[in-house]
Amino acid sequence: MTTTTGGAVTTGGALPGGEYDVTVVGAGVVGTAIARELARLPLRIALVDASDDVGDGTSKANTAILHTGFDAVPGSLESRLVREGHRLLSAYAAESGIPVEPLGALLVAWDEEQLAALPGLAEKAVRNGYRAARIIAAEEVRAREPELGPGVLGALDVPGESLVCPWTTTLAYATQAVRAGVDLHLNCRVRKVVSGETHTLATTRGPLRTRHLVNAAGLYADEIDRLLGHADFAVTPRRGQLIVFDELARTLVRHILLPVPGALGKGVLVSPTVYGNVMLGPTAEDLDDKTDTGSTAEGLALLREKGRRILPALLEEEVTAVYAGLRAATGDDDYAIRAHPAQRYVTVGGIRSTGLTASMAIAAHVVELLADGGLPVTGAREPAPVRMPNLGEAFLRPYRDAELIAKDPEYGRIVCHCERVTRGEIRDALASTVPPGSPDGLRRRTRARAGRCQGFHCGAAVRALFEEARG
Amino acid sequence: MSRDRTVDVLVVGAGPAGLALAARLARAGAGHVEVLEREQDAGGVPRHCHHGGFGGPVHPWLTGPAYALRAVRAATAAGAKLRTGVSATGWAGPLTLETTSSAGLERITARAVVLATGARERPRSARLVPGSRPAGVLTTGELQQSVHLYGQHIGRRAVVVGAEPVARHAVRTLRRAGAEVVAVVTERARAAAVPGVPLLTATTVAELRGRGRLSGVAVRHEDGRCGVLACDTVVFTGDWIPDHELARRGGIALDPGTRGPCVDASFRTSVPGVFAVGNALHGVERAATAAAEGDAAAAAVLARLSGAPWPEPGPPLLVRAPLLWVAPNRLTDVGGRPLLLRSGEPLTAPVLTAAQDGLLLWRRRFPVRMSPSRSLRLPPGWTDRVDPSGGPVVLGIG
Ligand SMILES: Cc1cc2nc3c(=O)[nH]c(=O)nc-3n(C[C@H](O)[C@H](O)[C@H](O)COP(=O)(O)OP(=O)(O)OC[C@H]3O[C@@H](n4cnc5c(N)ncnc54)[C@H](O)[C@@H]3O)c2cc1C
Ligand SMILES: Cc1cc2nc3c(=O)[nH]c(=O)nc-3n(C[C@H](O)[C@H](O)[C@H](O)COP(=O)(O)OP(=O)(O)OC[C@H]3O[C@@H](n4cnc5c(N)ncnc54)[C@H](O)[C@@H]3O)c2cc1C
Repeated sequence: MTTTTGGAVTTGGALPGGEYDVTVVGAGVVGTAIARELARLPLRIALVDASDDVGDGTSKANTAILHTGFDAVPGSLESRLVREGHRLLSAYAAESGIPVEPLGALLVAWDEEQLAALPGLAEKAVRNGYRAARIIAAEEVRAREPELGPGVLGALDVPGESLVCPWTTTLAYATQAVRAGVDLHLNCRVRKVVSGETHTLATTRGPLRTRHLVNAAGLYADEIDRLLGHADFAVTPRRGQLIVFDELARTLVRHILLPVPGALGKGVLVSPTVYGNVMLGPTAEDLDDKTDTGSTAEGLALLREKGRRILPALLEEEVTAVYAGLRAATGDDDYAIRAHPAQRYVTVGGIRSTGLTASMAIAAHVVELLADGGLPVTGAREPAPVRMPNLGEAFLRPYRDAELIAKDPEYGRIVCHCERVTRGEIRDALASTVPPGSPDGLRRRTRARAGRCQGFHCGAAVRALFEEARG
Repeated sequence: MSRDRTVDVLVVGAGPAGLALAARLARAGAGHVEVLEREQDAGGVPRHCHHGGFGGPVHPWLTGPAYALRAVRAATAAGAKLRTGVSATGWAGPLTLETTSSAGLERITARAVVLATGARERPRSARLVPGSRPAGVLTTGELQQSVHLYGQHIGRRAVVVGAEPVARHAVRTLRRAGAEVVAVVTERARAAAVPGVPLLTATTVAELRGRGRLSGVAVRHEDGRCGVLACDTVVFTGDWIPDHELARRGGIALDPGTRGPCVDASFRTSVPGVFAVGNALHGVERAATAAAEGDAAAAAVLARLSGAPWPEPGPPLLVRAPLLWVAPNRLTDVGGRPLLLRSGEPLTAPVLTAAQDGLLLWRRRFPVRMSPSRSLRLPPGWTDRVDPSGGPVVLGIG
């Protein structure tokens, strides 16, 4: 158990006694954002997650785009929260060191039907409060993206779309929440809820009592809901498989290349990442297993076929990673955020494919809903700002920072050569407010082992550092 | 702020190739010869190959670490400057490298730069093996380091993927670490079995299974039969790719077959003053081959230092399937060194041809079996028939 001046981070043993004012179930990007928002209040707050780390569910495996919300369903809750979230997270990222790259997106039309859809999309963007989108001709598209495959007919230029680091975002929220006093309990799965004057959560680590309850359990939000007697939506995991190409492919693409949405959903995009590589995906497959984050031969073949059309040269590059994430689809076209004031309970369900962008706006909205349920929201104060280690390739990383290395030579000792991660960064992550629960967690904090060799060179060394810190 | 320095020769990578070259150059009085090594210890891959089989005919059967030590000592004794814990991270000019070490940032300019950065095995992701992403999935490089350098725990039941000689080393290392090797799996139709381990040929790894930790490997035989091998560890071996990042970032032309820098028989790349040697050129060969390349490059590096002009790049040397690659792959000068040629399929007594602009230059039958895991050494004699101002020279099976 690590105790800071703020809240506690616990990973085992019995939970603290007494009653929390609010407990948030689920420490994904949405749950941590809510916990951070609540941490402004002089209350006793808990954040619990079944996993050994924050952001270990859908939040770690998405396409990492900070959306403008130009293509949302106008008038929906999602449209509003994505728009607000884009603004809030952009500002928060600048303040806390979350890497964001405002590359802009091009929705590329490859056939007449797609071309014909562009004016409608431009108009929809305006209805969503986004006015900067404009249609550009094939020649301009080609000039701006010389490596695009043949057959481009035009594009919708959406300059506001950006890349963001999903790992740092979740971690920044969690870090700030814990430092401001929130208790984070990991390896803590909620199995049952008994509700009366207070809620008693039966968890894998024993009972936890709380006055108000927020359900931000992602794919499992419907199951938590049922424990409280609600059955107004069901989550269908919609899998998205992705291929990440080598950093040497980064020069091939300058924008986020979005497909024109068709009848079959949003489609496959090609996008750089803040880490400096290039991503191709995702697929969209409805499953019934909420744990099936595996990739499939068919999925990868489909992605390669689509990718070859969009950016033929990309397929010649080495593949660094393959992964899959599960969207929490509900069959409805909007978020399923439901307040149950009498129960002092809020469900944050159906946060499908825009939750990263909308996270801060969702959090603010949820705290308002809790207030409707009687949560005292007076005495708010701004939590101390956080400054996160920079994982973004477009910004100064420690291995290139002469001043930093002069002060502490450990920032000059590169351990993971592909990603240029230094011993100093690994040391810091292992000693941080929310330390990693596994080598994978360490990867999400530092990029160690995330590169092209996947551990051929540094895997053993990184594991040794992780295990040494664990004692 | 980074410091600026100048040296005569800067070698990137202190493996067998870089060390052999540095030793030779220092001995020949090439001036300030500096070798950069990003690991804390010099020696390259042999440092973690705790088995015999290293060395040439004079010193046969050294273990990897003994071989590495010998190479390090030879380079230092000759007067080369070895700097470990220093990574070359990029270029600040055509012959200027940027480096990071705990002493800070530097920009080192050299009269000749040699890339001796080695090669690695493609990991599971690069091979597009589908399935979950559990712990327990390794390459031989990681396995050997885990066991021999860090004494880490490996799982109990392991599957080894691949049929190159390195698969045998993986099996041995796994056994040394106390793991049972359940099977060696290869897509090839034929392969040498390791005594005591079932060999599954013509078999692909269809999927990895398991949450948290690997629980099994689903395999599919060419004839359609499928199965699952229960295991907690899988080692992907072979399938080499040169560590070509610096070469690419420096705008050095790569060969499509080897994926390493294009070089001529004197190991000159497309960028004047930049050479490349060892596995960085072509993926894994024996350490002695890499060292011999380093050795052989010395003459051309010395010539460069004494002001010899950088020759115009001659015609590229390309291969046709089933041949995979040939190195060197530019025909600037006719070296006395053999060319290394790889085939993707086993070939019995192949007839090799070389043609340029539709003209057959050479044709010869080799009374050997060409295996996909070993290079055939082509004598270079025929290359004097190449027209230096002609088109690409294509090697094929006639
Ligand atoms: C392929 C893909 C691409 C996407 N692209 C983007 C994008 O580009 N931009 C964007 O903004 N969004 C994107 N998203 C959406 C975004 O990733 C999600 O909306 C967001 O991560 C949802 O966060 P969450 O906190 O709701 O869920 P999660 O991250 O899944 O968190 C839920 C947490 O609840 C925990 N939990 C569940 N049940 C219990 C229990 N019983 N007890 C305790 N803990 C429990 C889980 O362990 C988990 O950590 C994408 C999603 C996918 C799948
Ligand atoms: C598992 C395995 C088993 C083997 N078994 C045998 C065997 O039994 N017998 C045999 O003869 N051969 C064996 N080999 C092959 C042998 O190890 C290689 O041929 C030899 O190491 C190649 O030498 P090299 O100098 O080209 O590359 P390497 O040995 O790979 O050395 C390259 C060096 O460059 C460094 N480097 C790379 N990039 C940078 C940078 N940017 N900055 C600073 N430094 C950098 C690396 O850290 C590394 O130390 C084996 C290889 C492997 C992988």
